[in-house]
Amino acid sequence: MLRVDSLDVAYGEIRALKGVGLEVGRGEIVTILGNNGAGKTTTLKTISGLLRPLRGTITLEADPLVGVPPHEIVRRGVAHVPEGRRIFNRLTVRENLMMGAYRRTDGGIAADLERVFTLFPRLKERRTQVAGTLSGGEQQMLAIARALMANPRLLLLDEPSMGLAPVLVEQIFHAIADINGQGMTILLVEQNAAMALSIAHRGYVLETGSVALAGTAAELSGNADVRRAYLGE
Amino acid sequence: MDYPLLLGIFPQVLLDGIILGFMYALIALGYTMVYGVLEFINFAHSEIFIVGAFVGVEILLSLRSAGVLDTLPWPLVLLFVLVAGMAISGALAVTVERIAYRPLRTAPRLIPLISAIGVSFFLQDLIRLVESIWRNAFNLVYPTMDQLNYRFELTETIDVPVKSLVVIAAALAMLWVLHVIVNRTTIGTAIRAVAEDQAAASLMGIDVNRIISLTFLIGGAMGGAAGVLFGVQYGLINPYSGFIPGLKAFTAAVLGGIGNIPGAMLGGLVLGLLEAFAASYLSLLTAGAFGAEYKDIFAFSILILILIFRPKGLLGEVVRGRA
Ligand SMILES: Nc1ncnc2c1ncn2[C@@H]1O[C@H](COP(=O)(O)OP(=O)(O)OP(=O)(O)O)[C@@H](O)[C@H]1O
Ligand SMILES: [Mg+2]
Repeated sequence: MLRVDSLDVAYGEIRALKGVGLEVGRGEIVTILGNNGAGKTTTLKTISGLLRPLRGTITLEADPLVGVPPHEIVRRGVAHVPEGRRIFNRLTVRENLMMGAYRRTDGGIAADLERVFTLFPRLKERRTQVAGTLSGGEQQMLAIARALMANPRLLLLDEPSMGLAPVLVEQIFHAIADINGQGMTILLVEQNAAMALSIAHRGYVLETGSVALAGTAAELSGNADVRRAYLGE
Repeated sequence: MDYPLLLGIFPQVLLDGIILGFMYALIALGYTMVYGVLEFINFAHSEIFIVGAFVGVEILLSLRSAGVLDTLPWPLVLLFVLVAGMAISGALAVTVERIAYRPLRTAPRLIPLISAIGVSFFLQDLIRLVESIWRNAFNLVYPTMDQLNYRFELTETIDVPVKSLVVIAAALAMLWVLHVIVNRTTIGTAIRAVAEDQAAASLMGIDVNRIISLTFLIGGAMGGAAGVLFGVQYGLINPYSGFIPGLKAFTAAVLGGIGNIPGAMLGGLVLGLLEAFAASYLSLLTAGAFGAEYKDIFAFSILILILIFRPKGLLGEVVRGRA
């Protein structure tokens, strides 16, 4: 579904990605692991159009994405849950969700609203509440739900576990696995490698802007370097 | 002290203050909406406002020279003039943003500000040039419409001209429409989303540049409407007439909390009332020591005090989220 080839991205003089390539097949959860500053967020931002690569190609079902503005990429079926959630604090929960569906003209918005409320019943209880007053876990749920409202083909998730208590991390990952179970293709960036590998089919390890390792979740979980560097052994 | 006089003029002063306040509120919206989405002060807004007044006077003068100004129904004429002023001021604001601000979006903050001041001077002198070629005039007087000048005499000291009621009604209607657009529609929600976080908004599929243009369009249109109402109410305009009301409206926006839409409305009303009361009562209360010409000093002193004790304005500055 998504194919990224020899991607180079820089912030001014700082080279953040050097020749990154990866692939995500339909229906898969693919995870990108890596330490702070490895370039995970940069990769997602480039896919969703927030950053322009110096070099390289990105295609969504053979459709080139490089140079397409972010608001247009959303319309083509890529929804990005950014690092730090970035929900609209001054909007209500419901308004946030409606913003997720901003570009849609099909009749499925009401049904999708029900769908995300079923996935995250807490959001339904709080739909008239201003989003800035939600707890951290609820904000993460809202960020994911808001992306789902775009009815995407591909969901990009940037560190959904960030800053959450372990029990909430469990809950969020459960929801992600659920969403995937309903057919959604997911590219998941995580520092919590154990959690990510527990639900992913495949994964890539980024090190200082390059792919250092790639394989199935089982292969990566069994790899000695991965175990040492990312699984704390 | 002449208490009956002080009391007697009170309703009149209150009315003047409210009219002035709505005028400031309408203009202030342009400053505050643009600030809300871009954290940028559009100093050319005072000229966008006065262009509305010029559009109005040109249409009214043309109608008068065609001899139809007093035969056409006045509500229709006024509505047409308002819509035309809004359309042209709105389009001008959008154009100015495209040409003079958008290319500087990523430049240091001072640069677009200087550009805005430049646009302000440019527009002032452009209006002056056009009017001196076209009419060979500097000051223009709004043609009067008889029905609009009819006055309801309430008491000996108080009378209310129809035009003042019309100005208040039009301003109220516009503020209400704006409120509905911003708070109850999808596009309004998108404006608020862009104001909070442009990158996140673009990830929702919102075309941020279009929303920014829309913000200039709405703010400019409100300014244009204020320009027409200003002309109808006060009668005399020249190419530099926008500057002082613009500055005061900007002050009103800061007073209410810059970036905050209800704040701009409140700030405008407060400033208008302060100014009207200062203008009428200062000399009476100080036995002539301070005349009406001190009204601005008085109004701005109170403003400074409010800002010292409530630096974010009456309703609070809207602080933008992560950019
Ligand atoms: N806006 C920016 N300006 C300059 N350099 C940046 C910017 N954003 C990221 N970088 C640099 O690019 C590199 C990759 O950053 P990125 O945010 O993609 O890392 P990450 O893998 O997401 O890290 P983390 O796990 O901490 O979120 C880092 O060296 C970072 O310092
Ligand atoms: Mg990151």
